[in-house]
Amino acid sequence: MTLREKIVALDRPILKVEGLTKRYGPRIGCVDVSFELYPGEVLGIVGESGSGKSTLLSCLAGHQRPDLGRIAFDGRDVLAMSETERRLLSRTDWAYVHQNPRDGLRMGVSAGGNVGERLMAVGARHYGQIRGKAADWLGRVEIAADRIDDRPSAFSGGMQQRLQIARNLVTAPRLVFMDEPTGGLDVSVQARLLDLLRGLVRDLGLSVIIVTHDLAVVRLLAHRLMVMKSGRVVEQGLTDQVLDDPQHAYTQLLVSSVLQV
Amino acid sequence: MTISRETQAYNFAYLDEQTKRMIRRAILKGLAVPGYQVPFASREMPMPYGWGTGGVQVTAACLMPEDRLKVIDQGADDTTNAVSIRKFFARTAGVATTERTGEATVIQTRHRIPETPLTKGQILVYQVPIPEPLRFLEPRETETRKMHELEEYGLMHVKLYEDIARHGQIATSYAYPVKVEGRYVMDPSPIPKFDNPKLGQSPAIQLFGAGREQRIFALPPFTDVVSLDFDDYPFAATKAPHDCDLCGARQSYLDEVITDDRGGRMFVCSDTDFCAGRQAEGKVGRLGVGQAEGAK
Amino acid sequence: MIRIDNLSKSFTLHNQGGAVIPVMGGASLTVAPGECVGLTGQSGAGKSTLMRMVYGNYLAAGGSLIVGDLDVASAAPREIIRLRRETLGYVSQFLRVVPRVPTLDVVAEPLLALGTAGEEARDRAAHLLHRLNIPERLWALSPTTFSGGEQQRVNIARGFAHAYPALLLDEPTASLDAANREIVLSLIEEAKARGAAILGIFHDESARARVCDRLVDVTGFTPKVAA
Repeated sequence: MTLREKIVALDRPILKVEGLTKRYGPRIGCVDVSFELYPGEVLGIVGESGSGKSTLLSCLAGHQRPDLGRIAFDGRDVLAMSETERRLLSRTDWAYVHQNPRDGLRMGVSAGGNVGERLMAVGARHYGQIRGKAADWLGRVEIAADRIDDRPSAFSGGMQQRLQIARNLVTAPRLVFMDEPTGGLDVSVQARLLDLLRGLVRDLGLSVIIVTHDLAVVRLLAHRLMVMKSGRVVEQGLTDQVLDDPQHAYTQLLVSSVLQV
Repeated sequence: MTISRETQAYNFAYLDEQTKRMIRRAILKGLAVPGYQVPFASREMPMPYGWGTGGVQVTAACLMPEDRLKVIDQGADDTTNAVSIRKFFARTAGVATTERTGEATVIQTRHRIPETPLTKGQILVYQVPIPEPLRFLEPRETETRKMHELEEYGLMHVKLYEDIARHGQIATSYAYPVKVEGRYVMDPSPIPKFDNPKLGQSPAIQLFGAGREQRIFALPPFTDVVSLDFDDYPFAATKAPHDCDLCGARQSYLDEVITDDRGGRMFVCSDTDFCAGRQAEGKVGRLGVGQAEGAK
Repeated sequence: MIRIDNLSKSFTLHNQGGAVIPVMGGASLTVAPGECVGLTGQSGAGKSTLMRMVYGNYLAAGGSLIVGDLDVASAAPREIIRLRRETLGYVSQFLRVVPRVPTLDVVAEPLLALGTAGEEARDRAAHLLHRLNIPERLWALSPTTFSGGEQQRVNIARGFAHAYPALLLDEPTASLDAANREIVLSLIEEAKARGAAILGIFHDESARARVCDRLVDVTGFTPKVAA
C-alpha cells in the first residue's frame, strides 16, 4: 500500500453500523444503534448491566444476528456474508477478547499452542515458524519465554488475559472486540494491561470496540465513548468530553456516581 | 456351512432387513462423501459397547451368504473379541470364516490393517470407539460439526503442535488424524500410525462403524488419504525398531511380548496370519520356532 | 491560529431539577501564530472552562471556535482527536496517565502517537526531562508517585514533546521553584519563536508579564444573569 492509499484508507470507516436492533421477544436488547469506527480508533461502550452493551457487542461480532440494521466491515455487508466468510473473518481480520479468559483460551492447550492456533487455522504448517511467532507474541504481552509450554491453568488471571490478547492479535486483526477485558483483574494488573493494550492499539493501528462499565478504563483507553441505557445510545462523543461535560441526564448520573479516589 | 436348526430363529446376519437397509444407506452415503461422519440409528447388539458394536452392524449389513469372513483384534485372529464376533456371524449368518487375509471377502478389524495388501472386492470394516477427531480439543459436538462443515481444521494441528512442544516430536502413535480427498479430517480409529499409509489408494472398500457414537464413515477404493503433519516435522509411519522374532519380518508391525520377569522380551508380528504364513514358508526369526516354544 | 467568536456555554444539571446554569456568553478572542494570550479574571470566572472548550473537552452551546482550520464547536470527535494529536497541545494542571507507565514513555507518548520511531521519541523525551531537571533515576518510574512539582514538570515535558502549532497552558508555572519556572518560561518563549499560538492561564504575574503579548479578561464573557 502506498502512503497515499494508506491515508485514504484511514479516512474510510472500517466499521459502519446503521440502525442495529435486537429484541429478545418483547424485551429489548439494543435499539437503533448507529455509529462509525475508523482505523486506529478505540470506541468505548459504557452503561449499566442490562443496558444492551453486551448484546450490541455480540451482534457486531457475529455471535448473534440482529433483527434489523446493517453492519458494514471495510465496505462489506457483514450480515449478508455466508457463515464461512464470517467465521474466516473472525479468525483473521477480527478478534474477540472475552471478559473471562477461560472463555477465550483453550485451557488444556499450552500457551504456545493457544497463540499458534489462529496461525494454524489460516494454514500455517511450519512448526518452527509457528513457535517462533508464538514466542514473539508472548514476549510482547510480557509472558516469560520459558512459560511457552505451560498451560493457561497454571497462569495468574492477569497472565491469562494477556495470553488471550496475544492469541487474538497474532494474526494481526484490524478490528478487536473486547468485553470487559479488565473485568476480573486486580487493580494493579489492570493498569499494566491497559498500558499494554494502549501500546498495541497505537503500534498496530488497531480499531477497538471495548465494552465496559469501568469509566476509568475508557478514559484511559477509548478515544470515543457511547453511553447506553435501556438498549439505546443516549450520548456519544469524545471520551473526555462525555465524561467531563456529560449532556444526558443518565450520563451525568453515571459520571457522578463514580467514587473518587 | 449351512444354517443349523437352532439358529434359524435368527434373521440372516442377526439384523432385520429394515435395519440393514438403513445401515446400507448410511454406508452408501459415507462412500459418496469420503471421510464424512454419517449419523445412523445404531442398534443394541448382543455385546457391550466397546466390543465392536459399530463394526458388527456394518459387517452384518455387508455380509452375503457367499462371503468369507475374517475377524481380527489388534491383528490377531485368536483373541476373545475376534473369536466371539467370528462365531457370532458363523452362527447368525452361517457364512464361511477364515483367518487368511487373502481368502477373506469381509474383514472386521479392531485397531489394525492386515499386513497382506488388500485387494479389489474386499471390504475392511473398522471398529471405531470415538469417530470425532476434534473431540479432545473441542468437546462441543455442535461446534465440531460446524468445523467439519466449514473445513476449520486448524485445531487438529494444535494437537500435533502440542505433541511436538511436549515430546519433541509428534507423539501421537495411533488414531493419527488424516485428511481424506483434501476435504474431511478423519480419525482412522485407533490403528497404529504405522498403518496410516495403507489407508490411502487401497483397492479395498474401507468402512468405519462407531456403535455407541452412532456414526458410519467410509473410504471408497483408491481414495486419497494424507496424514496431517508439519513441514518441518513430517509424518513418519513408525514401528518398533526390530524384526519379528518368530518369522523374521522386517516391515511388519510388532507386538512386544514380555517373556519372563527378568527383562526377557520378544517382538512378534501383531498380524498373526501374516506371521504364520511366513513361518509356513519356512522363514525364521531370531528365536525360531523351537526356541519360541521353549520361551513359553 | 485560534479564533473564538461569540462562544457561549451552559451546564444543564439534569439530576438537580434540570437547572440550566449559563456560564459563558459572547466570548470572542483570537491568537495569532507566535503570539501568547493570557486569560485573566477571578477564580470561577471561566478561564479554565474556556480552555477546556478550546480543547474540545467541554461542548460549546453556541458560537464558533476555530483552531487552525477546524471549528471545534461543531467538529466530529475524530476530527478533534486528530487536531489534538497533530495541532493542539494542552498542558493541564493535573497529570492524568495510565498508572505504572514509566515517565519516559509518558512524555514520549504524544510523539509515538504521531508515528515517530520509538528511539527518536524517547530521545526527545529524555532531552526534555533533562532540561526540566527530572533526575534520570526517576524516568523508569511512573510519575503518579512523584511530588506535585515533579508531576507538573512531567506534564509540561509531555505537552512540549511535539512542536504543536497551538498550545493551551493551564498554570504551567504553578508549584514550580524559581529555577524550573525559568526553564518553563524559556520553553514557552521558544515555542512562540517557532510560531506556536499559545493561550494560557498564568496566576504568576511576572511570568504573565514576561511571556504574554496580550491579556484577555474573561469576566467580560460572563453571561448577564437573567432577570
